Amino acid sequence: MNALPLRVLYCNCTYANVVPKATKEVVLRELAASGIAFDAVPDLCELSAKKDSCLKELADGPVKIVACYPRAVKWLFSAAGAKLPDEGVEILNMRTETPEDVLKKVFSEPEALATV
Amino acid sequence: MLPLPTTSAASAAFRVALFEGAGADPLEPQARGELLSALLSKGFPISVVNERANVSEAASGTLVVLGRFHEAKPERAESTTGVSVFFRNVRNASAAEVVATVDSIRVEANLPKPGAWKPWFPVIDYDRCTNCMQCLSFCLFDVYGIDADKKIQVQNNNKCKTDCPACSRVCPEVAILFPKYRHGPINGDVVSEDDMRRENMKVDISALLGGDIYQALRDRSAKFKSRFSKERDADKALEERTKCLTKLGQQLDIPAEVFASLPSFEQIRTKAAEAAAKAQAALDDQKKEEYSPQRAQEGT
Repeated sequence: MNALPLRVLYCNCTYANVVPKATKEVVLRELAASGIAFDAVPDLCELSAKKDSCLKELADGPVKIVACYPRAVKWLFSAAGAKLPDEGVEILNMRTETPEDVLKKVFSEPEALATV
Repeated sequence: MLPLPTTSAASAAFRVALFEGAGADPLEPQARGELLSALLSKGFPISVVNERANVSEAASGTLVVLGRFHEAKPERAESTTGVSVFFRNVRNASAAEVVATVDSIRVEANLPKPGAWKPWFPVIDYDRCTNCMQCLSFCLFDVYGIDADKKIQVQNNNKCKTDCPACSRVCPEVAILFPKYRHGPINGDVVSEDDMRRENMKVDISALLGGDIYQALRDRSAKFKSRFSKERDADKALEERTKCLTKLGQQLDIPAEVFASLPSFEQIRTKAAEAAAKAQAALDDQKKEEYSPQRAQEGT
């Protein structure tokens, strides 16, 4: 069993218009309002391109990634040298899922999330 | 002492953390949301930090710690790991003011403005990739290369032409993704059998132009030259070329800017030959390895 705390990573996909704006806004607003500790990045692709070491840290522990297609997220991490493990990772797709569904899944294990 | 922001992303070159643990008051939910949204829209990553979100310290870079601190903090401090930490009290500051503060620290740290480059580049799905090297042969902009194990990889993602997904069109396995592309499966959506069947998912460039693409371009060039010499009509030649490129662009969803930045025909010929040679060499090496005596022994 993984003893590391569950983290949440939110990608704002700032530099493209492919994720519905309304979905991003609702998800970010609710994440912020929830009081949980989480990481928000302007653009996951940018982090991958820079091979940002934070991706490796995230790949080390259980994480819920709120971004886009799981196949894209998986290989973006891989491209940065941060292979996501097969277990303990949940990728939520804001391109196809409703904000309500995304948030429901993010908060499905509230006891595991650090709150302010 | 206030602990260093210890969220997962703390080791990036420039990070912002909103500290809401001991020694600081949490922001109201709406104010927190507005601040996060404002920072993200300007390209700043931000971590909401509290006492329970403890991970490793940052290894280098610049860290801006925002908070409604109870006590005065030093404007700037150096952590034991060499991180420059800037503390800013954001009590009574609007989101726009905080963004301006963060940006001034970025300028002070002599770091580039975020968002100067739209992160558009191919991502390889190695579950599907067969290392056929078609992408390497195709790309004229040196985006692809081969690693030490002769495996295809994206080597120069900043050389990729923004909004151009052309290489993914030539991939026979739908293994090249552009996460910011509009349509699936190039955007990372699940690859269905229909996708595999669909002709446009495996655009045969040869078929599209009636032969090798570079040969086709050369033929067209020759045709243009011939027409030009006969008719002495540069405008007509240009019009024809534009028409051809527009058609190709529409079929492959390639932005006009990409065509505008294509090298000359001579350079294309040279680059194509180099890329093809590189791809062929990698394929030859693969074959050699597959049939090496050692492998043969292992196989028996």
